[in-house]
Amino acid sequence: MTEPSDILRLERVTKRFPGVLALDAASVTFRAGEVHVLLGENGAGKSTLISILSGAAQATSGRVILNGEECRFASVAEASRAGISAVYQEFSLVSELTVTENIFLGRERRGRFGLDRAGMRQAAARILEDLDFRLDPEARVATLSRAQQQMVEIAKGYRDDQKVVIFDEPTASLSTSESEKLFHLIDRLRARGIAIVYITHRMAELHRLADRVTVMRDGKIVGTLDHAETSEDELIRMMAGRDVQALFPDIPPPSDPAEAPVLSVDGLGGRGFSDITFRVGAGEIVGLAGLVGCGKSDVGRCIAGLERVRHGRISLNGRDVAGLSIRKRMREGVYYLPSDRKAEGLILTQGARFNISIRSGNGAGAGSYGVVSRREEARKAQEVAERVDLRPLDIERNMILFSGGNQQKVLFAKAIAGDLKLLILDEPTVGVDVNARAAIYRLVADLAARGVAVLMISSDLTEILNLCSRVHVMCEGRVAGPLAGEEINENKILERMFA
Amino acid sequence: MRTETRNAVLATGKAGPMAWLKKIFLKVGVLPFLMVVCLLIFGFLSDHFLSTRNLLNVARQSSYLVIASLAQFMVLLVAGIDLSVGTIIAVASVSGAITMTGILSVAPDAVALALVLGILAGLLAGTVLGMINGIGVAVFQVQPFMMTLSMTSIGFGLALFATSGTPVTGLPASLGNVLGYGVLFGIPLPIWVALTLAAGLAFLLGRTGFGRHLYAIGGNVKAARLSGIDTGRLTFLAYAIGGTLAGVTGVMLTARMMSGEANVGATMPLETIAACVIGGASLSGGAGSVTGVILGALFISLVQNGMNLAQVDSYLQLVVIGLILIFAVIADNFRSRLLNPRG
Repeated sequence: MTEPSDILRLERVTKRFPGVLALDAASVTFRAGEVHVLLGENGAGKSTLISILSGAAQATSGRVILNGEECRFASVAEASRAGISAVYQEFSLVSELTVTENIFLGRERRGRFGLDRAGMRQAAARILEDLDFRLDPEARVATLSRAQQQMVEIAKGYRDDQKVVIFDEPTASLSTSESEKLFHLIDRLRARGIAIVYITHRMAELHRLADRVTVMRDGKIVGTLDHAETSEDELIRMMAGRDVQALFPDIPPPSDPAEAPVLSVDGLGGRGFSDITFRVGAGEIVGLAGLVGCGKSDVGRCIAGLERVRHGRISLNGRDVAGLSIRKRMREGVYYLPSDRKAEGLILTQGARFNISIRSGNGAGAGSYGVVSRREEARKAQEVAERVDLRPLDIERNMILFSGGNQQKVLFAKAIAGDLKLLILDEPTVGVDVNARAAIYRLVADLAARGVAVLMISSDLTEILNLCSRVHVMCEGRVAGPLAGEEINENKILERMFA
Repeated sequence: MRTETRNAVLATGKAGPMAWLKKIFLKVGVLPFLMVVCLLIFGFLSDHFLSTRNLLNVARQSSYLVIASLAQFMVLLVAGIDLSVGTIIAVASVSGAITMTGILSVAPDAVALALVLGILAGLLAGTVLGMINGIGVAVFQVQPFMMTLSMTSIGFGLALFATSGTPVTGLPASLGNVLGYGVLFGIPLPIWVALTLAAGLAFLLGRTGFGRHLYAIGGNVKAARLSGIDTGRLTFLAYAIGGTLAGVTGVMLTARMMSGEANVGATMPLETIAACVIGGASLSGGAGSVTGVILGALFISLVQNGMNLAQVDSYLQLVVIGLILIFAVIADNFRSRLLNPRG
């Protein structure tokens, strides 16, 4: 490997929004042929930093130096011409058009008779070949996998003299195997001498990719470290300003499994899974681990009443609930917390009180069709919001104004605003910052201590390992028997994930 | 972070008149400004415009639009749209009129019976069409736009077929005397009907779980479902209630015109949508209030009345209403951008 060369330097870059200092004198250097991971909680300033780099926003003060020359990008197009492009989690592709058409969208080449289709196809094929992406330039984007679409997204902004590619949480919606493909692709870009700026929350990705890591907090850069010389504990401490051990609460020993379980699932089958059998006792946290797409989420949704039962039984305290509607199951105390809180969990246009109130079975709120007493509704919302430590503790505040972690807390508040016997958590800490994660884990432990049976569906091994007293691992729609006590370790779980 | 920005925008520092106006705009929207402009222009153009007599007249005229706009609002609330609201009004009008004349032709003395059954027939027709819209949208997942557009054709066709395209006349005089021109405590009866329905709906939407659930469905139908709300049934009910309210409008208009007509309500889709949007309802659902919708409908009626007094050509009036709707939507988009500068 040649000597790393500084290609892009930020000097005391500051971005001020009305009333907010989003980026505070940030200085950092990106080197050619290096993956530079930006780490930080939500709101730490990562997004602001990359929008300045990619021309989507302009710095209030400070200097951006590319290849020794100071530059200011007035637009994304300008940054792209200078060789800096960004790939976001949401793709900017038109799914009904072909790969070629997407690559040249907005900068189509004209021939003598309208568009120069052949010329564009050849140019696209050359870019794809150049990047070593095996894609058919004539394929419609809608027919491609997420990982392949990401390749198109990268090819779209790519130029011969590309210097920097920025990835903003690119794996958020990718499966594990798709993510692995993306990592290979990033390896190739790195080998070509391109500087990669990579934003992620996930430690595993950091270890897989990072050459250097920059940690941000509250709009400031806490420090830049060589990946080889740092540890996960140190990074989390830098990010959160506190220790990792504090992340997970002490979980009291689980109740005697011989006791009648709150939930027992026997030979359950539905779309994407079959023959699922397991139990969850009162006060117990049972993990359901597995790769993305293994069917673990479908099992949770089926128990909640969102997916049809094809065969088998779902018993709640000995009573078969498989035939009941979501509404009735919720009144029996089953509550499902979805993985995508914005799409399925919250009504973002309303406030916290409203969201808590509408939960079926919330007797003080709008849990039924009848007249709602505003005072009772607010009292209940206030009570549960205090219990989940909502910040700021303002139940009338609009949901979009809360941070990701506090939005998640509102969902917990909603869950406990009615009868709760079985809580099904589906990826409860996705897109949530470290401090809110700790708060959510405390909440889960607290609920379990009060006798709620918790089914924790998660792709995050750390939380499975640290919270669950028993773990079932799913693989291709089947579940493997429970691991308990000493058996709950990374190797055993991974072994079963790929069984 | 966002609130600070938002508060910074709301508290625009200097207490000058412009800052004050901006604050009002951000708080309540464009309606107050439109209202003031409209009062100024027409007050200037016509001496009669601001007289008590004329304003009471506007209130009475607007009561039909108020009820129809509430029908539209029910559907907008659950993220739908009812293009067939005018047709439902027409079908209700025709059904009511035909039932009354039918009964009177068999038993000329049974006026009371004809009135009661005629009114019920009108309400029933409206409700049934609303229910069919609701079934299409909630059960068969037809897009609200397509479902109600088709219903427009179906309803209009049925109404024309049943009347052979001519108004149904020969209705009992008492219908017009009471429902059309009746006065209670010095206030015209249509205003009482509109106020009663509005109060009932305001209570239903604002104070009951049922109402909260409708707002929830419009806000995020998936989240509503995960909250245990029976989204299909409630969407259906919203359309059904909308149909009933349109039916009421149809009956009231029949009483006023003393005839059942297939062409009544042709301008209602646009006018009701305009009233709702100007009054703060969202085309994407889950937002707005009964009060806002009433004010929106009043505004439209004021403009129409003012233009009549100023002798603006009736065809040109359609142009003005359309322009106002576009302007209101633009102003609303501008407002949300000011409130969420980075959202």
